[in-house]
Amino acid sequence: MIELTRRATFSASHYYWNDAWTEEKNEKVFGRCARRNGHGHNYTLEVTVAGVPDAVTGFVVDLKWLKDVIEKEVLSVYDHRHLNLEVPEFVDTKVIPTTENIAIATWKRLDPAVTRAGGARLSRVRVYETPEIFAEYKGGL
Amino acid sequence: MIAKAYFGRRYALSASHRLHSDLLSEEENRTTYGKCNNPFGHGHNYIVEVVVGGEVDPETGMVLNMATLDEVVQHNVLERFDHTNLNFDPMFVDRVPTTENLCREIFRLLEKSLPKVDLARVRVEETENNFFEFCGD
Repeated sequence: MIELTRRATFSASHYYWNDAWTEEKNEKVFGRCARRNGHGHNYTLEVTVAGVPDAVTGFVVDLKWLKDVIEKEVLSVYDHRHLNLEVPEFVDTKVIPTTENIAIATWKRLDPAVTRAGGARLSRVRVYETPEIFAEYKGGL
Repeated sequence: MIAKAYFGRRYALSASHRLHSDLLSEEENRTTYGKCNNPFGHGHNYIVEVVVGGEVDPETGMVLNMATLDEVVQHNVLERFDHTNLNFDPMFVDRVPTTENLCREIFRLLEKSLPKVDLARVRVEETENNFFEFCGD
């Protein structure tokens, strides 16, 4: 089994806010991330698929295909957008767009397309919020 | 002989912005700024690089104490812009918060606060591939 990773970047804004909490509690827990005008990041996404290299092509997956899937399923929705206000899984503070939740949401966006294509499975999604901070999701609980 | 040297240091700040000019029509804004004109804004991890020049102090061997530069940048730049939406800063009420304008304004903020050295250059990196520099008028 080989793991193959493709990297992509997007720029987006967000804020952290839990509607069930008071303003004071939001500010206490989330600090400057709770500022309602938001702030932003250059996110880096690493998408890892796992499979056996094809006997003819030597590919686990065609990387151009993987690039197009990431573009269509994730970047076209997240890039240059305000995650809380424009991205369906995060609007109305349904889910707070933390790096952890972005990793889970990205997995959910990519997994059906990778599974449909057959051949390889989605192994890991890693999301960097800054060069120093990242979250990973490998599916499941 | 007086030795002149330059000292540079990099700082990080995360902020959001939307590029939109009131001087342009909606259509012109979309054409000019593309996805950067999306109505709710987007964000970046900016890197601000500050370069100061001056004589190397014979007593300390320094152009400027790094701690002094850190304090000045922290107070004047990071506290003001980090984790904010740039469009809401008073500086950008009637000016588009492009990184060109941000770079120039950071230069001006720092210039006033660093009287004992020459502010040689401010460079602001918007992404790994885009950066802007200002060296004063």
